[in-house]
Amino acid sequence: MKIGVLALQGDFREHLVAAKSAGHAALTVRRPEELAEVDALILPGGESTTIAHLASTFNLMQPIRDRIKSGMPVYGSCAGMILLADRIIDGSDGQETFGGIDMTVRRNAFGRQVDSFESDLDFQGVNLHAVFIRAPWVEEVGATVEVLATVKTAKGSHAVAVRQGRLLATSFHPELTGDLRVHRYFFDQVCTGAIK
Amino acid sequence: MSEAVGTARVKRGMAEMLKGGVIMDVVNVEQAKIAQDAGACAVMALERVPADIRAQGGVARMSDPDMIEKIKAAVTIPVMAKARIGHFVEARILESLGVDYIDESEVLTPADFENHIDKWDFKVPFVCGATNLGEALRRINEGAAMIRSKGEAGTGDVSNAMMHMRKIGAEIRRLSSMREDELYVAAKELQAPYALVKEVAETGKLPVVLFTAGGIATPADAALMMQMGADGVFIGSGIFKSGDPATRAAACVKATTFFEDAKVIADASRGLGEAMVGINVADLPAPHRLAERGW
Repeated sequence: MKIGVLALQGDFREHLVAAKSAGHAALTVRRPEELAEVDALILPGGESTTIAHLASTFNLMQPIRDRIKSGMPVYGSCAGMILLADRIIDGSDGQETFGGIDMTVRRNAFGRQVDSFESDLDFQGVNLHAVFIRAPWVEEVGATVEVLATVKTAKGSHAVAVRQGRLLATSFHPELTGDLRVHRYFFDQVCTGAIK
Repeated sequence: MSEAVGTARVKRGMAEMLKGGVIMDVVNVEQAKIAQDAGACAVMALERVPADIRAQGGVARMSDPDMIEKIKAAVTIPVMAKARIGHFVEARILESLGVDYIDESEVLTPADFENHIDKWDFKVPFVCGATNLGEALRRINEGAAMIRSKGEAGTGDVSNAMMHMRKIGAEIRRLSSMREDELYVAAKELQAPYALVKEVAETGKLPVVLFTAGGIATPADAALMMQMGADGVFIGSGIFKSGDPATRAAACVKATTFFEDAKVIADASRGLGEAMVGINVADLPAPHRLAERGW
């Protein structure tokens, strides 16, 4: 597969490495014509405000929304999760997303950088070490969204990995640990699986 | 479930998320909002921008906590703030305010002319300046989770940022080409810890994110530094000392993302109004060069 990584801002290089390590062609996406080339897209970690701002400045907002609607597989980590959410809480004024997943995501939900943490979690029955950096969590999901992992905090239990059809989102950063299992799940199951 | 805050991975990971972005110095809420709306990936709160510190003189310190709180409330992107070199109490205050990154900065008046802050002792990550590889590795050894080349702040003259990026890059390339038994002497010459020297020799890069700073005033300057291998750009006086800050800020963000596309940078460079009035670094007498602070 040709995997595109949205390369407007953030840790897109780590996702390019992950896609290559899994045996796929990996391409940076900064322009509409580059988006048209790829079979699937990864939205990296970074600043969702910055990425959304640049996506709209460089005419990528609508093309990405259109590809999502027509069934392109997309995986978003952290800022990428925010960008895949239909609704966000605590966004900057008028912050836009690509949308696609029927969920409400709370930005900076765990607190500020001093509250950033790493933790083990259960991702689909697999024990995974996850890194959360100024991470969002999923506040609520629609009926068609499958919750793949949750994290317990003093404020309750929150979804941190979700899937809706060909869209996958995690509020943590598997690209920072060199553990490819979330990426493999995306390439091998989300990209090729039947749309739910 | 094991859960850990303030680990090296979490601190360095935060800087990874800033890559490809522009971090802008701001001294008030209005500037912070302009920076966020322009697509800055973070803002840096400080008392006065470097050009004003230069022009006005006096002792430059950490910002007023009230100002930092207001800026934190006004934007959703990360908020960084500067502390004086060695002033670990200013750093503790900034940590308690929930600042996302602390810049132990030579732009402020140093509080300690021998020691930097022991940054391992903090949950909040630190960024530090460096003019060469040895200095960068000493800061990392003290716990810095991100490095910025210093350049010469408040001048609008990019030549020193260029010199420091070239120097750090050249020294990394030199280490990569050395025999293992030569690295002991290399560590001595760099005045850096051997373990970090060996790590850089093996990986061919710094163990943390490397931004650039000091003198970046135009979209072309920002793109130049990205082409020199910077992971991102700090802009201090360049934006809010220019004629049209909002437009210039957005233009610098665009040029940083599309740093290899001359056409995008050309478009971003049109109609920006006046750039900040620059000072040639060569005209600055040596004791007034901020890059020489840090040991």
